[in-house]
This record gives sequence, C-alpha cells and structure tokens, in this order.
Amino acid sequence: MNLTARIISVYAADISGVCSALYEYGGMTVIHDASGCNSTYTTHDEPRWYDTDSMVYISALTENDAVMGNDEKFISDLCDAAGKLRPAFIAVCGSPMPAMTGVDLEAIAFDTGNRTGIPSFAVRTNGMHSYISGAGRAFESIAVMFSEPAKKSDAFSVNILGATPLDLSLNGTLGSIKELLRANGIEVNACLGMGSSLDEVKRLSAAHADLVISSAGKLTAEYLLKEYGIPYVIGIPFGGKFSERLTEALRGSAASGKCTDIFKECRKTGYDIAIVGESILSSSLAAALSLEKDISARVVESIGDSDMSVLLDTDISAEDEDIIEKELERSHTVIADPLFEPICRKPHFIRLPHEAFSGRCFSKEIPNLIGTELDKSIEKVKV
Amino acid sequence: MLKKVGGYDREEIKGTAIAQASFPVPFRSGLEYNPPARGTWNIVHTGMLIPQSHQIYVCAQGCLRGVVLTAAEMNAMDRMSWVSLREDDMFNGEMEQRIYDGVVHIVERMDKRPRCIPVYVSCMHLFEGIDFAMIIDELSKKYPDIDFIDCYMIPTMRKSISPDALMKRQLYKPVKKLDTDESLAALIGFDRPTDRSSELFDIFSAAGKKVWEITGCSSYDDYLGLGSASLAVYGLPVASAAGADLERRTGIKTLYLPLCYDHDEISRNYDALCDALGIKCPDLSDKRTEADRSLDAAREIVGDMPIAVDFTAVPRPLGFCLMLAKHGFRVSRVYTDVFSAEEKGSFDELKKLLPELEIYPTLDVRMRFAAHESSGEFLAVGQKAAYFCNTDRFVNIIEGGGMYGFDGIKKMGEALIDAYRHPKDTKATISLKGLGCESCL
Repeated sequence: MNLTARIISVYAADISGVCSALYEYGGMTVIHDASGCNSTYTTHDEPRWYDTDSMVYISALTENDAVMGNDEKFISDLCDAAGKLRPAFIAVCGSPMPAMTGVDLEAIAFDTGNRTGIPSFAVRTNGMHSYISGAGRAFESIAVMFSEPAKKSDAFSVNILGATPLDLSLNGTLGSIKELLRANGIEVNACLGMGSSLDEVKRLSAAHADLVISSAGKLTAEYLLKEYGIPYVIGIPFGGKFSERLTEALRGSAASGKCTDIFKECRKTGYDIAIVGESILSSSLAAALSLEKDISARVVESIGDSDMSVLLDTDISAEDEDIIEKELERSHTVIADPLFEPICRKPHFIRLPHEAFSGRCFSKEIPNLIGTELDKSIEKVKV
Repeated sequence: MLKKVGGYDREEIKGTAIAQASFPVPFRSGLEYNPPARGTWNIVHTGMLIPQSHQIYVCAQGCLRGVVLTAAEMNAMDRMSWVSLREDDMFNGEMEQRIYDGVVHIVERMDKRPRCIPVYVSCMHLFEGIDFAMIIDELSKKYPDIDFIDCYMIPTMRKSISPDALMKRQLYKPVKKLDTDESLAALIGFDRPTDRSSELFDIFSAAGKKVWEITGCSSYDDYLGLGSASLAVYGLPVASAAGADLERRTGIKTLYLPLCYDHDEISRNYDALCDALGIKCPDLSDKRTEADRSLDAAREIVGDMPIAVDFTAVPRPLGFCLMLAKHGFRVSRVYTDVFSAEEKGSFDELKKLLPELEIYPTLDVRMRFAAHESSGEFLAVGQKAAYFCNTDRFVNIIEGGGMYGFDGIKKMGEALIDAYRHPKDTKATISLKGLGCESCL
C-alpha cells in the first residue's frame, strides 16, 4: 500500500473529527499546530462554521517553540483564552509536528485543567488518520468525562451515537432519524454530536439501547456497554425496510441486553453494485438495497478507520487509489462520492456525495436517505 | 448572523485606538481564530498559475485535506496528486525515498505528462532535515522532460520567510535566462491581472514594451518567456523574495514599485519606472486629478457611513485609510494583526490625524463572536472586515484587486460607490475560496 493518489480526494483527518464531534458542547477545542492550519477544518470540514459559533482554535505553533519544546507557551495561551471565554471544557489535539517532537498533550491538558479549574482533556490525534479516529475518541472522551449513572427512562429510549456533519451533512438527515425513531415509539434519550448538549451527555446512561449510526460512535458504544450495560445496534436507517429492521433490533437488544448485528440477515452480498465509503453508512445502504430491491452489493470501505466489524464476505477495505480502482472494476454499478468518478471505468456511476471526502463541493446534492424509498432519493439503481 | 450555542459568559473584545497601539505588533499573540472569509489565495491557487503544471503534495492527511479540496473546489483535481504520510515515515529514515517513489508512481500513471511538477513537502520533512535538492535532482534525471520545482507547505517553519512569500518565490523557479527581448517587460508577484487601464501600462507602452504577466500565459512556453524580459516589476512586498531570486538566477533587473495609496509615492514609482525604461515620465496630473475626483464623488455618496478595512484587501491598509481620511471619509476600523514595516509613516500620521481609529485583530480568540456584536452599519473594504462588521456593503477584493496607481485609486472610488449602492450576499460571496478562481460551489 503506497497511500498515493493521482486524482482522487482525501478524507477529513482525525483533527477535524475531534473538532466536529465537540462542536456544539460549549467547550474550547484547540488544535496544536501552525497558524492557519485550522482553515482546513473551518473551510472544508465544518459546514456550521459560518452560522453557528463554537470555540475551535489553533495554538499557532512556531518553529522556535517546536524546536525548543516551549510547551509553557501553549499552556499559558490556553489558560489566557479560557479566562476570557470561560468554556465548559478544554480539549486539545495534536498535529504531525507535536507528534514528531513528542509533545505530551495529556500532561498539557492536565496542567491546564489544574490551573483553570476547567475540565480538560487531550484527544489523541496526529493528523495522519481519518476523522473517524478523531471523532470516535472525542465522543468517547466526553462520555467518560461527563456521563453519570442515571435511572433508565420510563419510556423506551435510545442514544444516537456518531452524528457529525462529516457523515450526515446538514441536510435534515439527523432530524429524520429522530422523527423516524419517535414515529416507531422510540424516544431519543441523547444524541452524541449534532443537536446536542452536555446535559444529554450526562444522561447517556438512561437509555435502553444505543443506535450507532456511524463508525465515529462505535468507541462510545463500547464504553457505554462496558460501563452501563447498554447494548448497541449498528446501522443508519436508510430506506423503509432496513429502518424497520433497525428499530426492531433496538427493541430486541434492549430486551435481551445484548448487541444485535443485523447486517448478515439484511444484506445480500455480491458484486453487482459497489458502494464506496464509510463502512456503516455504506453497509446500511447495501442492506436497504438488498431488502427493497433484492440487489446484491458489496462495500468498499475506503477510509481505513471505519468500523470493520460490519463488513461481510465480499466487502473490502482499501485506502489506496490503485486498489480501489481495480476493485471497482468487479461491479457493473458504483455508488460513490463524485470525486471517485475519475477512477471508475464503469458506465453506471451513481453520485452519492460524502462531506468527509468532498467537503463542500457537492453538499447541496447530498440526499436524505432516512426511512424513505431509495429511488425517491438517489438516482434509480439498475440491477 | 452567528447562532450562539454555548450560553457561556465571555469577555467581549474592544478595538484599540491607534493612538494607543504599538507598532508593528499591536496585539499579544495567543491561540488563534480563523474567520470564514475565504477569498485569499493559498499555495494551491498560486501554483496553478503555471500552465501545464501538475502539483504533487507529500504530507500528512490533515495537511493534504486543505490543499486537495482547494483543487477540487476550483475544478482542478486533474492537476493535483498526493502522497499521504504515516507514523512510520517519520522515523524510518526513508523519507527521501518515499517522496521519490510516490512522485514516480504518480507520473507513471499519468495519461499525459505535465511540463512542470511543483513537489510540495511539509513541516515534517524540514524538521526531519530531508535532502530535498537531491530528490529534485533525481527526479529531474529520471524525467528530463519535466521541470520539477521544490515547493513548500511549511506553516510552522516561518523563521526566515513567510509561506506566502516562499510560494511566490518558487513560482518562478523554472524560469531560466533567455536571450533578452528589449521589447518585453514583466509584472511579477501579482496573482491576478493588473488593470490594463492603469497608467503603468501607458508607460510600458510609451517605452515600446509588451508586458508579461503570469495570468496571461496560456502555455508553459509562454510562462518560460519571462526569461527574456528586460525588466521585471513587482508591487507587493510579499513578492520581494521572488524578485530577488529571479534577478540573482537570471540577471533580469527587477524593480519594486509598491502598490500604494499616496499620490506622491505613486509619482515617485512612475519616475523610477521611467528611469529604468529610459523614457521621460509622462504628465500624469490629469490622472491624479481623476483619482481625487473619484474619491470625492465616493465621499459624497457614502457620506458618513463608517468605513472598515482589512489587511487582506490592500497591502497597505493604513496608507489606504490615510488616503480616505484625507478625503473626508469616516474611517473607523482597521482589521490587522500586524503592521507592515512600510506602514510606519502612515501609522504615525494617522495617530495624529485620526487618533480614535480603532485597530482590531483578526486572530484573537474573542473575534469568534465579533460578528454578534456589530451593527452592520459599515462600508467594508475586504472580506474579513465585511464579516466582522456584519455588513453586506463591501468592496470584495484581495491584494489590491488588480488596481494600481492613480487609475487604481480612481477605480477604488468607483468600487466604494458600487459597494455602497449594491449590497452583496456576504456569506455566499466570502465563502468562495481563492477570489477570481473557478469554483464548483
């Protein structure tokens, strides 16, 4: 694997995942990197940046401070900013330069927390992994730090885990998930990511089950299972029939206390269609196509950090452009972000933009696939 | 308008009166905010100015993301490739080989080879001490039909030269000395075409010179044609390293004629140009009068609406404000984090003439909330000023907007009137990356 690309895009990095996950909680998230490097996140990876305020900043690391190991400058700046802004928490994450110089971000967070009295933590990133790794760790961090033991809600309720615009965009998808759950008699106890607050994080343990809608939610699901015994079901409710199966599985898991894997029973694997992208979103779409149209589809997980537990026999994980290009030749139809199209030689390419890959480029055409017949939302899929 | 999500009790920021401001650094450095004004160019936009070139970036995923999507948004993914680095690459001592192999892999898979490949390395490489010259040599030996340029995306390593200035310098690196064409002069350092109506071109024309600009090149050979210029002029301080390097390598005489807003300095610029061209300076008094009239007309229409200017709009925001103040405009705010050394005279003059002029930073953490706190009753010059002032009346330019000399001032007066009369969709306008570039948004 040479991690080289002639023409395709690259996925949002771990740093962006951290900032995206923590965006709406009233904390201050700081990337330890050079001046200006936060523009990648604020331009391409954060559609909320213009209209919704959030305290995401950069340390403006300089050559001198990197060479001399001047961590005190960073800590002082964190404390100074915290004094002015009074955030609910302080999160720090690192880029390649701190990784090279061996900066101890945990110690920096610890010291900052001691000096300011504000809960502070580091999220392990180095700019060399995908947004899933960063968002996953950030979600887990706030769950560990802020969730509290709570009485189970009277009504059947679930947590939605892993909601960031990098996977869901701002096209109403999250609202539709909540609506769909409520329409099926399931209350949303908390949603981790978008449309959320620290109060919701605090009451995570009150849910009867977790719905993991993207790979970014998996670590938190594991934590909530271990800490509070909450079982989880993985999948995002694309299409009508798959949505029904998911909601049934949530009830089943809550009753049994065990996690349920529904992909094996919902998906017809094969090579007719290749769905490229994040594993949970792609597997959910594959399941929806199987249930609604009896189509066999394979997932080409193209990020490298996705949850691999959902992949089935014909699926593959490949980050490298050459390998993805070869694998796509095995299917007659490809569903993928438009920036994959140049390496797809098949005549039938269905555009399904993914903000984590193409950023703002095609955000206006990202469909909301929740709970609807798929043909109404994306181009007609040929068998 | 920003939507508040935190409900936290924070400290608001106030402007610093210029009378109390320090020069050249008016604010303490700290954590930095990034406002959503995207019109300024980055190294990708600038690199794309070389026709028939193909950029290759070798860096970590987080660094790649910004440059790759810059290319994607300007519909230029067919001119951009990358090699992603991982942890192993930091420590295994094979970084040079990784760059070489990655570039070769990409070149071998191209349907048509480009004439030029700028290869960009990152902070990691320089921190590790790679031998970039050796890599470029080896690549040049393997592909003698391609000019490789050593380029840099090194925002941490800015002790000696800013990333912007470095990119502008490397932009002309493949240009070699050709037989001098006495009828050719060049304008370098500008990312966008300079207005042909500027008297600068009248002077070149009077001296019998055609003018080379990189924005006018449609082929790589056109681009290399710079090597035959008899004189290269630049107007932005950020292009000084480019000018010095070009002169050192090719012997082409360079001349710095700063893009400025002081009538006397503009006249001195033209005198210097005419001296270099060996011609008598034409009488520009009519142009000077037209510039004044344009500003007076704008003042008449804009009235007492406060004016805010940011450092991305014009290379000398203080000089620009001084000019406006002298023409009776109500100049109210300047958004900048540092003053250029060239602005000391204007700074001192403004301290006396307009001591209450407010200086605001753009990077301070509290600026995140500045748009909440502004009335929107401003006429802004520049995207950042427009955003921070929460106004839809603004002149949408960067780096002077191609306006130069007395003609530039005349055009600026017209632009102020247009901005006042025709409000813009601020979010849609300033969200586009690389003002003047193609955009898929």
